[in-house]
Amino acid sequence: MSGVRSSNRCIIELPRGLRRAAALLLIAGMPVAAEADAPLNYLTGAGTKNYPVVALIWGLISISLLVVVIVTVLLLIGLFRHRSEPTPRDPKLVPPRRPEQGLQWIYVGSAVSAVALFGAALWTFAVLADVVTPDRRAPFTVEVTGHQWWWGVRYQDKVVSRSFETANEIHIPTGQPVRVTLWSEDVIHSFWVPALSGKTDTIPGQHNETWLEADKPGVYRGQCTEYCGQQHAHMGFTVVAQSPADFQAWWEAQLQPSPPPHSQPVAQGQNEFIAHCGICHTVRGTPAGGSIGPDLSHLMSRGALAADTMPNTPGYLSGWISDPQAMKPGNLMPTLTLSAQELTDIRSFLATLQ
Amino acid sequence: MAVAEFERIPEVAGPSPNLEEKLHSMWVSEPGLKGWLTTVDHKEIGIMYLVTAFAFLTAGGIEALLMRLQLIGPDRHLLTPEQYNQLFSMHGNTMIFWYALPVLSGFSNYLWPLLLGARDMAFPRVNAFSYWVFLFSGLFIYSSFLVGASPNDGWFNYPPYASREYNGGINIDFYLLGQLFFGISTTAGAVNFVVTTLRTRCPGMSINRFPIVIWGTLTANAANLFSVPVLSVACLLLWFDRQFGTHFFNAQEGGQPLLWQHLFWMFGHPWVYTIVLPAMGIVSDGIPIFCRRPLVGYTAVALSTVVTMFIGFGVWVHHMFATGLPVLGLAFFGASSILISLPSGVQVFSWLATIWTGRPVFKTPFLFFAGFVVLFVIGGVSGFATGSVPADWQFTDTYWVVAHIHYVLIGINLFPVVGAVYLWFPKMTGRMLNERLGRWNFWTMFIGFNLGFFPMHITGLLGMPRRVYTYQDGMGWDWLNLITTVGSFVLAIGILLLFVNVLVSRKRGAIAGPNPWDAPTLEWSTPSPPPPYNFAVIPSVASRHPLWDERLQEADGKTLLDRGAVLDHGHETFGVTPMDGVPDVILKMPEDTYVPVATAFAIAVFFAGLLVHLWVLAGAGLSLMLLALLWWMWPSGDAGQTEDPAHV
Repeated sequence: MSGVRSSNRCIIELPRGLRRAAALLLIAGMPVAAEADAPLNYLTGAGTKNYPVVALIWGLISISLLVVVIVTVLLLIGLFRHRSEPTPRDPKLVPPRRPEQGLQWIYVGSAVSAVALFGAALWTFAVLADVVTPDRRAPFTVEVTGHQWWWGVRYQDKVVSRSFETANEIHIPTGQPVRVTLWSEDVIHSFWVPALSGKTDTIPGQHNETWLEADKPGVYRGQCTEYCGQQHAHMGFTVVAQSPADFQAWWEAQLQPSPPPHSQPVAQGQNEFIAHCGICHTVRGTPAGGSIGPDLSHLMSRGALAADTMPNTPGYLSGWISDPQAMKPGNLMPTLTLSAQELTDIRSFLATLQ
Repeated sequence: MAVAEFERIPEVAGPSPNLEEKLHSMWVSEPGLKGWLTTVDHKEIGIMYLVTAFAFLTAGGIEALLMRLQLIGPDRHLLTPEQYNQLFSMHGNTMIFWYALPVLSGFSNYLWPLLLGARDMAFPRVNAFSYWVFLFSGLFIYSSFLVGASPNDGWFNYPPYASREYNGGINIDFYLLGQLFFGISTTAGAVNFVVTTLRTRCPGMSINRFPIVIWGTLTANAANLFSVPVLSVACLLLWFDRQFGTHFFNAQEGGQPLLWQHLFWMFGHPWVYTIVLPAMGIVSDGIPIFCRRPLVGYTAVALSTVVTMFIGFGVWVHHMFATGLPVLGLAFFGASSILISLPSGVQVFSWLATIWTGRPVFKTPFLFFAGFVVLFVIGGVSGFATGSVPADWQFTDTYWVVAHIHYVLIGINLFPVVGAVYLWFPKMTGRMLNERLGRWNFWTMFIGFNLGFFPMHITGLLGMPRRVYTYQDGMGWDWLNLITTVGSFVLAIGILLLFVNVLVSRKRGAIAGPNPWDAPTLEWSTPSPPPPYNFAVIPSVASRHPLWDERLQEADGKTLLDRGAVLDHGHETFGVTPMDGVPDVILKMPEDTYVPVATAFAIAVFFAGLLVHLWVLAGAGLSLMLLALLWWMWPSGDAGQTEDPAHV
């Protein structure tokens, strides 16, 4: 049911053999979906920030699997090397060995573990230093605000009239770092775009920051990962990475107010929208200016509805407006009592918000 | 006379039928309901702890299976989001609080005086009290199901979602008051274990002769004395926020939601170690029995147990790497989280060396302990990976962490615990558990667990967030979730086999005799089941392996099991010096009494009053509690607190 799929596959920079071996062990013959079919996977990365992290993850998994295999093999050999018949009452079975014997296991084992752990710690620090801030100044900032259960997105420009708001879909230009500031309107959420960046929480009363950078154009899925109540499961979003020129064009398009109604049903729909929905939702260029729900200006330019819960098609849109609690039980959008005609009109109006 | 009672030179003799009869009539609890409510016998309390903890394990397991049915495929509607959220919250709370520690306390309670050569715990009534509080607090939080308002913010209950503004029902109050209530049990139990270890042992039981399970439990309980108050304070503050409008965690009024996370995890991470260290101790003591040799590196294992706990107090921020804390701090806590693997590694190498240089006998308990080694390593390395800060920014709050916590809690707690049931059931009941059924039990659990929970690592790597009540198709998680659901049902069948084995073997199992495994520690020198007074004469030990002394020839002197002090002037046991185990006093022990259960009940009334805002009821509970304490503290001749001794 996902509206938007990740279209991007990226190869991380680890020796291929190592990666293959790890993947083989990991999958262990299980019918695992291919990585590309799992849009939230973090085994592949798609941006400068994430490559060193993905390599680190593969490295840690490889070390971990190696340790598990070594210990299991040693255990199995140990178990069957001098296996006794199960008659423990026989005193002959108690070996008269000195208890000190075997201590070299602890010495050698600890020494080897210490080296491996120290190496892992150094690698961790190196990657941490590498990814914590971008190496260039980010040209602009996106403000992202977590709400129960959707994402507010605000693009800031020095010129106030060039700033605007949208929701649940973040557009970024490729090839440059984008600064993201994180806020919360209610409870704690967590901002996560696995292909581009790890998680950063949005915490009320606190201002957090992260950054994104995508190499290539693509659509990357994001998801809230801090439990935030009934519809935590349906609090997704998408990051659309575009070439700088496309991104600029998108920004310009977003600045446009909604077009004046071109027909009677649309005008009727706009009035209905203002009356029923305008308390919570904004559509720029109309009197609808609520800020409780997502900004719906240019709704039709988005790929999905209700925080990536369903694709943005006329059918789903009608279903969502007429009974929001069916698709996303517990969400904060009230069920409106709309006649069939009102619903059709509102939908015709929304369809003009390109 | 009163002074002489404590300082007299006790008579030294061997056990005799007369003495045993006299001690038995002095120590035995009454049969039936009265005995159950009044007993202060650590063995009875230990078994009550175990049975209750397994009941909670069953409840938590049923909750888990319901969730697994919901997650068997994408977009399922078996449960509503709110039902799912209450189930996952109760599942976590049940397993982590009302099962994992109490089950270990059950074994420790049962075994402690037997291992240490004493007649009971240092504070037998506190022991009964901590059991009753454990039971009542569990019933308290479970009563939330009756009103359909169970806790719904997970086992770590982060505000602001747990605040009244976003969670207006009574759900979170059940959690907060339940935790405060339960914390009383943990604290009382911890004091008792610590003092018992330091004070009530037999002559010669110096600290370098403790079985490792004593080290594990002592360390865990000493830690609880420091960590549990932190959670209690946090719960009290949040309860104030919810009831009286204070703003400790309310950002709008200058409070700090993140403060809760610091407090919770300052408690929470040490807690994770308190529910695994005693279980690791069980394995460290169990493997040598079945490998027919002493543990390799006793001192290293004992020290690494303590070191793990110390470092365990300095890793809590790894639960908070994504909260926007300063990077330097993250690096520090990342390093400590990676470092903590080292002392755990020491124990793994000790187990491997003991197996490698021993002559393993494949009995059911050993299957669980050997299987545990693998699960321990898997749970260890998946945790080590999350200590790496930038990697954790991806791992955290996905199914990777769910896999990790289950390998830790099932692998490192449940597997040793079931092994321990097979190991000590003969001591507790006098009968062996069925060996054949035991093997089925092990393999069903081992295969079911790994089938169910190993794929969760991959589900996590493919990005499934934890705590989602459903997921969409097309995410790549469908097959993995199906496998996990199947595996968790197989695991449940495995646990059911344990219950069947216990029920059948209790009546029909082979007669065990005092020491069916030819094990080296003191509890196996008593009959199975042990008499209410444990030891007719107090033994004195000369080595770490009192029952293997002669064959290992490592004793420093001679262990005496059938000749020792006759302490028969009422309920008595030795008090010893903390390090060397030299007796310096004869302790008077209390007898069976209703006081502990009455006090616990009064506290339950108090918390019930707080929950429903019936301040009169809360006041009544408080008054009852004070009365019960007065009754408790009333000086008695039995305990040597007045001048007229009750028994001479």
